[in-house]
Amino acid sequence: MAKRIELNVNGTKHTIEAEPDMPLLYALRDDLGMKDPRFGCGLAQCGACTVLVNGEPTRSCVTPVDALSDKSITTLSGIGNADKPHKVQAAFIAEQVPQCGYCLNGWIMTTVALLEKNPRPSDAQIREALTGLKCRCGTHASILRAVKRAALA
Amino acid sequence: MTIHLNRRDVLAGAGALVVSIALPGVKANAAIATQASRLALKPEQLATYISINQDGSAVGWVGKVDMGQGTEIGWLMMIAEELDLPAARVSMVQGHTDLTVDQGGASGSTGIWRAGAALRNAAAEARRVLVEMASEKLSVPVDRLTVTDGVVSDKNDPSKKVSYGELIGGRHFDVTLEWNKHFGNELLVTGKAKPKSPREYKIIGKPGTPRRDIAPKVLGTLDYMVDVKVPGMLHGRVIRPPVAGAIPVAVDESSVKDIPGVQVVRQKGFIGLVAPKEWDAIRAAQKLKVTWSDVKPPFPDQKDLFDHIRNAKPVHRDDEQNVGDVDKAFAEAARIVEATYEWPFNSHACMAPACGVADMRDGEATIWTGGQKPHHCREGIATMFGLHEEKIKVVAMTGPGSYGRNDSGDATMDAAVLSKAVGKPVRVQYMRHDGHGWDPKAPATIHKARAAIDKDGKVTAWHYETKGFSRREFFRDEGSPERTLAGQLMDWPLKPVWLIGPPSESYSFESRRLASESIGPLLDRASPLRTSHFRDPLGPQIHFGVESFIDELAHATNTDTVEFRLRYLKHPRDLAVVKAVAEKAAWKPHVGPRKEINGDVLTGRGIAYSVRGQTRVAVIAEVEVNRTTGKTWARRFYVAHDCGQVIAPDLLRQTLEGQIVQTASRALHEEVMFDNKGVTSVDWTSYPILDIKDAPEAIEIVLIDRPELPPVGAGEATCRPTAAAIANAIFDATGIRLRRAPFTPERLKAGMA
Repeated sequence: MAKRIELNVNGTKHTIEAEPDMPLLYALRDDLGMKDPRFGCGLAQCGACTVLVNGEPTRSCVTPVDALSDKSITTLSGIGNADKPHKVQAAFIAEQVPQCGYCLNGWIMTTVALLEKNPRPSDAQIREALTGLKCRCGTHASILRAVKRAALA
Repeated sequence: MTIHLNRRDVLAGAGALVVSIALPGVKANAAIATQASRLALKPEQLATYISINQDGSAVGWVGKVDMGQGTEIGWLMMIAEELDLPAARVSMVQGHTDLTVDQGGASGSTGIWRAGAALRNAAAEARRVLVEMASEKLSVPVDRLTVTDGVVSDKNDPSKKVSYGELIGGRHFDVTLEWNKHFGNELLVTGKAKPKSPREYKIIGKPGTPRRDIAPKVLGTLDYMVDVKVPGMLHGRVIRPPVAGAIPVAVDESSVKDIPGVQVVRQKGFIGLVAPKEWDAIRAAQKLKVTWSDVKPPFPDQKDLFDHIRNAKPVHRDDEQNVGDVDKAFAEAARIVEATYEWPFNSHACMAPACGVADMRDGEATIWTGGQKPHHCREGIATMFGLHEEKIKVVAMTGPGSYGRNDSGDATMDAAVLSKAVGKPVRVQYMRHDGHGWDPKAPATIHKARAAIDKDGKVTAWHYETKGFSRREFFRDEGSPERTLAGQLMDWPLKPVWLIGPPSESYSFESRRLASESIGPLLDRASPLRTSHFRDPLGPQIHFGVESFIDELAHATNTDTVEFRLRYLKHPRDLAVVKAVAEKAAWKPHVGPRKEINGDVLTGRGIAYSVRGQTRVAVIAEVEVNRTTGKTWARRFYVAHDCGQVIAPDLLRQTLEGQIVQTASRALHEEVMFDNKGVTSVDWTSYPILDIKDAPEAIEIVLIDRPELPPVGAGEATCRPTAAAIANAIFDATGIRLRRAPFTPERLKAGMA
């Protein structure tokens, strides 16, 4: 049965009516009309839907919307904008990373969380932190350059 | 993105408010336009390709689509160069059937090569016309005029000047070009003006023009295909059979009666549903009870795939090259070297399964597609629904990657069938298992190579045959109903094109025989193993065999593999890429595998080269193979690339990097798994691709720029030699010759046992 659920997204509180087991992704995209977390697999295997929940990279496609009422959700468009991009976004722009760019949520949001915990990661630590994320266009070389650039910013 | 269906808004958004009136100094016969619409899209009209805004900035209009490799920047650099405008003052409108003429969509690495040539000629002609107009306005002869940043001025008296904006801003050119009477990739237009000589270039060949799509992608503000929302739109899902070839015979709609607003649509073999909320459509598709027809599972066991190909009767044979007396050379050979190579089915496996939106109301159609070929999409919709093309608008949106004919063409047709049935706009979003499971596949193939060697160790005959599934079992686009799953399910019979193709190389062996044989599809309609184009269609497969075998010949004749290629290659540009890559990698000549060991890790290097069209590429791969795990890390690559004139070197480098990594993924990890009922690799666990942990640590690229030659395409050629370079490096590291892709730890371990 659908119920009222409160969500705190990018600092704004929203109330939606939804099935409690509906994944957060559909609340963000369908109910709140957001476009930055994207559906890639619905199986937590690719990262296209990644958001930060209390700062932790979280796959919104498998996270029930009911479990988040007291948590703070941040999406890609919530970490920076054209006037003031997040340093990870600035690095991805400087390195001109994406091909199709559909996967970027996963790479950028996971990098944001990585650099919070470990501001100067080694190459091996970067790869370890980002493992499991998918990029079908094969832009991995650009991604690694951008993460290293962000770490130095 | 909420869509407004007014065409005027689309144009205003594109920044090209162009109204035609009679122009001084130009043949002027166009009617005055009463609204901000494009003129009728005539391929011979300059205004079809170039327009000038009131502020003097320019718009290029192109019937192709940049799939994320920065082709857009290449186009606008070519236009800016000819117009003498800064690149920042040129923008592009792409892939919209109302706004751009049919230039074939993204296809065959022809974006810069073909469409770029047309745009360049058109821009040069636009500049000529603008200077002529300025000459009349300023009363200064044309040869005394110069153009700087879109301002035409008198060389002798710079105070005499007029800007492009003042000359024509906001109005159409009314200038006829010479058109070669072709649409699609072949379309070419030529004006009276000759494009610049490369010596005059200020923009072409220089890095640093930033892509326009990067920041919106990184900031999360770009409208992707999945973000299209049409007022009143319903969410659609399709339901595929558990056994390929089965069709629905009964549907129990009461199984989804608890889910709000579900409507089931069943037409012949097609079954789908719609619901107002996306999550409800997903749940309904999972719960809907469908009874399927009882069909015999159509596929062989996966372990028998290559035997199936070997034993199948060919439906078509192409004898592509027959030079010299091959049979005599083999009869007189001192030695014959033979090997067979195999490549499995690959999935497009795009970053997301396809999404498409269709609005089929009122005898018209509007389609939003993540596919590459909007004009072909329009043709398919027109035939399927009996609509005139003028009633159909197709808008190409940025999708989750596309490398040929992925599943987008199926999703748009599914959306159109559903929209037509329910009378509302419908958005179809495939689920992951629809994408991996049912997207078109790159064909599985077998490659038989044979060479005759004389008593002096010289190769006297070269014989190479490919046998496998055609690269076009349902053609390469969605330009006709039978080229889509929905069309096939609604009884449009498959019309396969039998095409595999020969190797592309310039080895000067005295005699040669190249041939290919297509076998029939495993299932004659709506097959999850149907084959179509996936980036450099069949290039990686064919050249994996060719360039692995060349390595085997070098080894068999006790020759260094680079030296062997330099000895036999005859085209100077082919020799140049091989030399350049060897130099970049500081190649140390050696014969046979080096098997350099450091602890558990064996290290090796391999080279491969090939030609695609007129583009040639040589790649050296450096690999580490772990003796215990059998795992290969393609650690470093060197690439030498010659695609003629280089337009945007920085974007070209990234395009090549992407091809290296994507093809390394195919070579090392990818294989479509199936049982006799259907595809079983339906997600990223069962269809793994290259992970960031296995990404190369460096890809070092040499661009051989040939400004005097046309730019001939760079989006695919590097896919071609990469797999063989890796296989040859594995041989160098281990002495194991892997003749079947992917090069998995299990195969390596079996070889090392």
